[in-house]
Amino acid sequence: MSNLTVSNSTLMLGFVLVIVALVIGYIEKLHIDKDIIIGVVRAIIQLSIVGYVLKFVIKADDIWLTLACFIIIVINASYNAGKRGNGIPKAFQSSLLAIFVGTTITLGTLVFTGSIKFVPEQIVPVTGMIASNIMVAIGLCYRNMKQTFSDRHQQILEKLALGADIKLASLDILRDSIKSGMQPTIDSIKTLGLVSLPGMMSGLIFAGVDPVKAIKYQIMVTFMLLASTSIGSIISCYLGYRQFFNERKQLKNELIS
Amino acid sequence: MIVEKIFDVQDLSYQVGDKEILKRISVEIEKGKYITVVGPSGSGKSTFMRILASMISQTSGKVLFNGKTVDSYEPTEYRQRVSYAFQQPTLFGKTVRDNLMFPFEVRNEEFDESKVKQYLKMVNLDESYLDKSVNDVSGGEKQRIALLRNLIFPPEVLITDEVTAGLDVENKNIVHSMLNEFNQRGLTILRVTHDESEIEASQDKITIKNGEVVDNV
Repeated sequence: MSNLTVSNSTLMLGFVLVIVALVIGYIEKLHIDKDIIIGVVRAIIQLSIVGYVLKFVIKADDIWLTLACFIIIVINASYNAGKRGNGIPKAFQSSLLAIFVGTTITLGTLVFTGSIKFVPEQIVPVTGMIASNIMVAIGLCYRNMKQTFSDRHQQILEKLALGADIKLASLDILRDSIKSGMQPTIDSIKTLGLVSLPGMMSGLIFAGVDPVKAIKYQIMVTFMLLASTSIGSIISCYLGYRQFFNERKQLKNELIS
Repeated sequence: MIVEKIFDVQDLSYQVGDKEILKRISVEIEKGKYITVVGPSGSGKSTFMRILASMISQTSGKVLFNGKTVDSYEPTEYRQRVSYAFQQPTLFGKTVRDNLMFPFEVRNEEFDESKVKQYLKMVNLDESYLDKSVNDVSGGEKQRIALLRNLIFPPEVLITDEVTAGLDVENKNIVHSMLNEFNQRGLTILRVTHDESEIEASQDKITIKNGEVVDNV
């Protein structure tokens, strides 16, 4: 563990990297200096708070406190995924169900198989990894769904006019949207180790864990993310596409741009 | 002789925001008729037809189909009985087969290739068309294939919205003869058209102007 040498003073020196970004923004007249400063300040405050909260939760080692963290992460991820729904009705509720089910199943499997222990220092970070991954997947699903419903609305109308049920009329869109949610995870799996040394593995190696052992954790994370994004994408898409139709199985014009 | 009404439209209105597109339309449509709906562009013809096909719902008033309100039917069942054909249809999937398979998928039935081939003949397309790419068919062929999707399982009513617009004479004639044949077999047809020759040839017409029925012959 002695390799971990980040202190307040080294962090201050590391701030020079932020200045690099600010200088580039200034030279190129990108007008992003305000965003960078706000982003950095927010990151420092948020992470500091989370750091202290995690320290408290881990020290307390209380099952209810751990579950509370799980719920807060799931609700927060759902809120953000819902915002990406961009006008799709009940996007928050759909995201909540998708993230809750996806996270619970994946986490439950990991605990049940003994891959991780039900202790806050493992449950909280892994919940965060799973929920944020599903959140991103749902955002992609919603974006793709909204776009393709607009692009292919004529085709959907024709299918409905032929007596198709809303699921059959939207089946292509449904499949494309589920795929769009899962695709980044599948793509990143293909380049694991070749291009990127992902967070979990890098973190363990940083902390001095044997890389071979760290790889095992990363493989577990890979399985976990694959399962969670597929569960999350399927649930959110199956709940989402229905929102494009009214109770008479007519396409809602207001959702088609 | 008792006249059987297939549609009984009562005080039908359709409004978008403050704009009244259809104003208290009341009209009866007899079973088995071939009716042409005419009127200037923007008069509300297509909106009227889309309401009859349950693609959109009226703001007020009601439509009775075979004596029962349209809303009392399950939407997919209703649209299999009252089919709507679009002016510029899109073909689904990759091949013509994908399109003609679709009505079977809708009804959870197995694809009947020999039946489909007979229908293709009816619209002057040989069976090799089944495996043709949707990108390799002309505009006229596309419209004929699209109409077959509506007619492979004959509905009770076919609503066509300017389906012959932009077609050459040969394609128009093929579409006309197919629709006439189905009409003779008992299919009620409601068509919107701006084609003078089609309007002249029509015996039964409904004229819509500014969202109102001004003539019902």
